[in-house]
Amino acid sequence: MNLVVNGQRIEVDCQTAFQIREQLGNQTDIVILNGFQIEEDCKVTEKDTVTIIRKGVMPKREELESMMMARHTPNVHEKVKQGKVAIAGLGGLGSNIAIMLARIGVGQLMLVDFDIVEPSNLNRQSYYISHLGMPKTIALKKQIEEINPFIKVAIENTRVTAENVKELFSGYNILCEAFDKPEEKALLVNTVLEQLPDSKIVAASGMAGYDSSNLIRTVKPMKNLYICGDLTNEAIVGRGLMAPRVQLCASHQANMILRILLGIEEA
Amino acid sequence: MKVNGTTIFLGEQQSLFDFLEANQYDIRLIAVERNGEIVPKAKYKEVMLDDEDTLEIVNFVGGG
Repeated sequence: MNLVVNGQRIEVDCQTAFQIREQLGNQTDIVILNGFQIEEDCKVTEKDTVTIIRKGVMPKREELESMMMARHTPNVHEKVKQGKVAIAGLGGLGSNIAIMLARIGVGQLMLVDFDIVEPSNLNRQSYYISHLGMPKTIALKKQIEEINPFIKVAIENTRVTAENVKELFSGYNILCEAFDKPEEKALLVNTVLEQLPDSKIVAASGMAGYDSSNLIRTVKPMKNLYICGDLTNEAIVGRGLMAPRVQLCASHQANMILRILLGIEEA
Repeated sequence: MKVNGTTIFLGEQQSLFDFLEANQYDIRLIAVERNGEIVPKAKYKEVMLDDEDTLEIVNFVGGG
């Protein structure tokens, strides 16, 4: 039989996934069949994709990509890999969104922020002590290289203004608004909707404090605008930004971006 | 006129800017779509509202 094993189409004399493991690996290896890790043996056909992973062994670079892809749903992964997404603001939302998009294998990311990592970021943003003082763009790019080295990451160390939005984002059909200040959120959303009519923007509003998780949602109030959050809970004195709700909101944004990449426009 | 899905009585003729001011919107924090098209902020004062209009107004709050 002729099927894809560890990223290569090969000829095997086997009828089941475990028989392939027996031929090519050893009994403790993990077997992933079409994106799902199987515990019981399954019959295979020529349409199937099988990945055999030896635990605790560093694979070669060319094997690594197919092993990482093994957990991605076939067909979905191809579309996601073609995706290009720009993220404006790399704080609690943007840093976590970038990591999630890297994990699902979005092919090209552009990360924009003017700031450096400082201690008060660590309560909710995806940075470590070792990143303190480093530009957020660089600190995040380093993390993505450790998670998924097959993604192209472009960075811009700059402050987004009404004047540079078009230049920064014109090559991107999907933008993510991940700023902190409400006037900066509104400025980016307005400028993108006015100047880049072919782009969709996934924004956030309302995720401070520890109100119910269930209030955080995704809405599509305008043709090219999605907003994630509870829409009301702003960060104020006495109601700070905390990792759980900020990450919930970031997850809503990342999932909406994934849906758009897959051709689904409904919130 | 319809605003964020609710029908309201417009009363006397007014600009989008006057309507937003009267309803306590902070112009710096919002985006407005009128009949499916984004309204540039520079045009808020010249856009005159009509009973047939459908407005979608989004208001951003801080945090991220």
